[in-house]
Amino acid sequence: MATPLIDIRGLTKAYPGVVANDDISFAIAPGEVHALLGENGAGKSTLVKMIYGLVRPDSGAMTLSGAPFAPSQPREARESGVAMVFQHFSLFDALNVAENIALGMETPPKMRDLARRIREISHEYGLPLDPDRTVGDLSAGERQRVEIVRCLLQDPKLLIMDEPTSVLTPQEVDILFQTLRQLSAEGTSILYISHKLEEIRALCDEATILRLGKVVGTCVPRDTTARDMAEMMVGTALTPPARAGQAPGDVALEVDGLSLRSPSQFGTSLKDLRFTVRQGEILGIGGVAGNGQDELLGALSGELRAARDAVRLAGAPIGHLGPEARRKRGLLTAPEERLGHAAAPDMSLMENALLTGAARKTLAPRGLINWRGARVFAEDIIARFDVRTPGPLSAARALSGGNLQKFVIGREVLQAPEVLVVNQPTWGVDAAAAAAIRQALLDLAKNGAAILCISQDLDELMEIADRFGALNEGRLSEIRPAAGLTVKEIGLMMGGAHGMEVAHAEA
Amino acid sequence: MDLTAISPALLVASLMVAATPLLLAAIGELVVERAGVLNLGVEGMMITGAICGFAISVETGSPYIGLIAAALGGAALSLLFALLTQFALANQVASGLALTLFGLGFSALIGQGYVGLKPPSMGRLSIPGLSDLPFFGRVLFGHDPVLYFGLALTLATWIFLRFTRAGLVLRAVGENHDAAHALGYKVVRIRILAILFGGACAGLGGAYISLVRVPQWTEGMTAGIGWIALALVVFASWKPGGLLLGAYLFGGLTVLQLNLQAAGVAIPVEYLAMSPYLITIVVLVFLSSRRSLTPGSLGRIFHASN
Amino acid sequence: MLRLEKRAQPDRRLALASPVLAVLATIVAGGLLFAFLGKNPFIAIGTIFWEPLFGEFAFYYRPQLLVKGAPLILIAIGLSLGFRAGIWNIGAEGQYIMGALFGAGAGLAFYPAESPLIFPLMIVAGAFGGFLWAMIPAILKVRFGTNEILVSLMLVYVAEQFLASMSLGLLKNPEGFGFPGSRNLQQYASAHNAEIIAGTGMHWGVVFAFIAVIFAYALLNRHMLGFHIRLTGEAPRAARFAGVNPPRLILFCLGTSGALAGLAGMFEASGPAGVVSIDFNVGYGFTAIIVAFLGRLHPIGILLAGFLMALTYIGGEIAQSNLGLPAAAIQVFQGMLLFFLLAADLLTNFRIRRAVPEAA
Repeated sequence: MATPLIDIRGLTKAYPGVVANDDISFAIAPGEVHALLGENGAGKSTLVKMIYGLVRPDSGAMTLSGAPFAPSQPREARESGVAMVFQHFSLFDALNVAENIALGMETPPKMRDLARRIREISHEYGLPLDPDRTVGDLSAGERQRVEIVRCLLQDPKLLIMDEPTSVLTPQEVDILFQTLRQLSAEGTSILYISHKLEEIRALCDEATILRLGKVVGTCVPRDTTARDMAEMMVGTALTPPARAGQAPGDVALEVDGLSLRSPSQFGTSLKDLRFTVRQGEILGIGGVAGNGQDELLGALSGELRAARDAVRLAGAPIGHLGPEARRKRGLLTAPEERLGHAAAPDMSLMENALLTGAARKTLAPRGLINWRGARVFAEDIIARFDVRTPGPLSAARALSGGNLQKFVIGREVLQAPEVLVVNQPTWGVDAAAAAAIRQALLDLAKNGAAILCISQDLDELMEIADRFGALNEGRLSEIRPAAGLTVKEIGLMMGGAHGMEVAHAEA
Repeated sequence: MDLTAISPALLVASLMVAATPLLLAAIGELVVERAGVLNLGVEGMMITGAICGFAISVETGSPYIGLIAAALGGAALSLLFALLTQFALANQVASGLALTLFGLGFSALIGQGYVGLKPPSMGRLSIPGLSDLPFFGRVLFGHDPVLYFGLALTLATWIFLRFTRAGLVLRAVGENHDAAHALGYKVVRIRILAILFGGACAGLGGAYISLVRVPQWTEGMTAGIGWIALALVVFASWKPGGLLLGAYLFGGLTVLQLNLQAAGVAIPVEYLAMSPYLITIVVLVFLSSRRSLTPGSLGRIFHASN
Repeated sequence: MLRLEKRAQPDRRLALASPVLAVLATIVAGGLLFAFLGKNPFIAIGTIFWEPLFGEFAFYYRPQLLVKGAPLILIAIGLSLGFRAGIWNIGAEGQYIMGALFGAGAGLAFYPAESPLIFPLMIVAGAFGGFLWAMIPAILKVRFGTNEILVSLMLVYVAEQFLASMSLGLLKNPEGFGFPGSRNLQQYASAHNAEIIAGTGMHWGVVFAFIAVIFAYALLNRHMLGFHIRLTGEAPRAARFAGVNPPRLILFCLGTSGALAGLAGMFEASGPAGVVSIDFNVGYGFTAIIVAFLGRLHPIGILLAGFLMALTYIGGEIAQSNLGLPAAAIQVFQGMLLFFLLAADLLTNFRIRRAVPEAA
């Protein structure tokens, strides 16, 4: 191998209480697509932030094309030819595409020239973009294009992509992969971060696997099975959740002609949604982020009010009721955002148990709070869902993502809901916690509850859902039995490539 | 009652004078809010500027040195706000209120020896020929330099925000400070500069009241103009052009109200005097539905976690 | 270089210590200010904090502590409810004025008839006056999303003009020889908010202040509504998820704080002040904001902070007459207190560490 493009030697970074990266070493050759594989919390983000100059390593060194490389800020990294596409986009909703791109460049050309360059580059790589559009109005896939084009305009030598496919339909993933292969063929190296094994096998030349901040292995993904990579990543063999097929019972939740204007400017309005969920059944709702998931959860939780008859619980209209009234009737929900939505970050777990448990656990008869009861409830959740925390008086924000998510899901499950609606139940959660949460949902369904699981993780939905539908721009696809659906069919239900595959014809 | 005593040229000219302190304070606050910071201390910075400008003008005999002192005074007070909100990460609403309460007390303390004095006069622009034109001469070419400075500053701010890279970065910081930080922009530094600019502008606006508009020193003489400037920024949807319109509209109302008082209209003085505040409320009500134009990070605390 | 690091949990001990730290810092900075003004700082600080409590004339000043503290506490308790929920009523001064006008007006309407019903009626009217004034920003916020900070503040200036108009017009004392104010309610037995126990300063406003503290404490710690107020302040989205109805909360918080400010105004007008006049209001509504923060928005804290602030008022007056310390110096002193308090809060939520030199 000639001089590697980037050579990482012994990078270490510790935060109080945790060593995020411990003596990490690997190298990427020019034009190589290198995968960085690991669970949530394995240290992928910290490592990437060090390469991009957002975080400084405690020790260790890097070289870029043979020269020492120690960026103290992103600007230096960009000047050296390192570009990055973030998982959570660093975009400005109220600004237009060209302005957003200009902000990511060191010496942007005049706005008019920049707009022309954006059109050229985005077409060349099969990612067409209109420079004058306001970014807040774009879909998740288009927003990612903005980030990618921003990087490409600077002729990067190394392109870092952090979980890029989590916001794409399978068809859009194909387009992205074509673009990345084209870049790699032109000599650009790519550091591709993901925990999706099949993607890595399809795209990457080399893989470095991280666990708990350490490199635990390297492999050539094409020659390694997904199962082997998964075991290296997780450390133990995982048992898939057990499910018992059973005949569904009566209709528990019925949504009939639900239309709703999104309260936020850049949100997605719901358009005439219709579906039912029966007792003992799990309905999975897939779709790319930002296609109405938050609005659907809000309309079911009661945060957003709909027409009276648009939502029916066991036959009774509840569309006009607020969250508390719905909880009393047995409709419980768990939103996607743990901190700030499902739980109040600075409040204790005891107070957070009271947050949704007041009605069904009668923790506040006639408005007077029974703190002892709330504490017992919190302790119960902590014990039965294996929430790792010093105790019920810890603040919610002191918990790790996985533990807090177990608390949030446990809080709803232990209230014995008739219908439970969850949005992204295992997002950003480590594999063990994710497995526990999925098992809890399956067990709840087995006991006769109806479950609606909104998720962007298709593997998860295929694992637990009985029937599957997808949200696309606020509309719901036809609902079909989950068993036997192919990836292509699912992709089409999610909206296919949103009419953008044409651009690659000439590439 | 004698409405004919109101001369149109004088009315328009005094409207422009009444609008200037508002315009100055509001353009500063506009930049601050565009950077994502809500500084409710405008009133306190204005009154501090008013007394600093007044005192230094009286001591030095030069209104211009006074104006510079006023800008420095306002900026110094805003530096306190910057320290509290950008380093100590204090709540912006509370810190802004603290600034106002402190500024009112501080100005009263300094101003004790200056009650009843007359400041040196600024003098008006006088272009032979042009300034003597009927109506337009007085309205367009017969003002003090600060008034023109206010107009120029508004134009400059518009150009800055709309066409320069620094302006784009400032807007980006106000829109989404986390994203701006991820791109490597110095959020705190940019915000501190914006806050200082806002303080200096508010100070100038305050000094304009004590040196030109009134001109003398009395305790609490800004009488809520700083708060009206805050309302004006909302009115203008965070755009300099709207600010100019709003300030002149508001200046016009104030002057009209004063002229009606002088002309002896059959409405009690108190009700005329409360009208500017009532009108501000009405305007706020009409504009509050357009919240989508608010800078995305306005008033939120920024702390880089790594 | 120092660096800030967010604590996993707010430090409870430091949360209690930070107001004390702020007071100490203010005393030091205030001493410097007084020294700069040519006064002996030790004597000035001593005069402010020691004289009213233990000085020669303490028998006169101690009751004043209740008289000055009660309106501050009453208003600050109301404000703290809203502040906790992120609802910023900063127009308490206006609500205080309207409470005084409504209360005094209700009493004077019956002048010179005497009846035990008049004073209770005045209490209700006073609370209603403040409530009504606070309902304007509340309803505008609920209905149109108008910023309550600006509206409530604008209404202070409107209320001041209204006060002037009333003092010179409708409520003007016909026997007052042109004095811009009302009849003296201290000389109208049915409407007089007299001391309950002579010589203690204990009037009905003080009783109401104590009741407000207890009520607020129970509300915030024992009742679902109080929990929802705290939740709304800490995580508004989680509050909506929990089932909080934001408009109702806004109406409740602004209405309560308005009514309490109105009560404070009414008790002041019918008791210690005796009249509503053109310069009736002395800034209690604004000082109460400092009291609310100094008390960490906690009822017991506000009780203590109210008395501390009353002390600076009384001590400031003594220093004014004995040492010639300007009244504005006390205002600056109070403003500094709020600054230091906000800065000291940093310690509760963040840890200050010395940054390790980065390996470059």
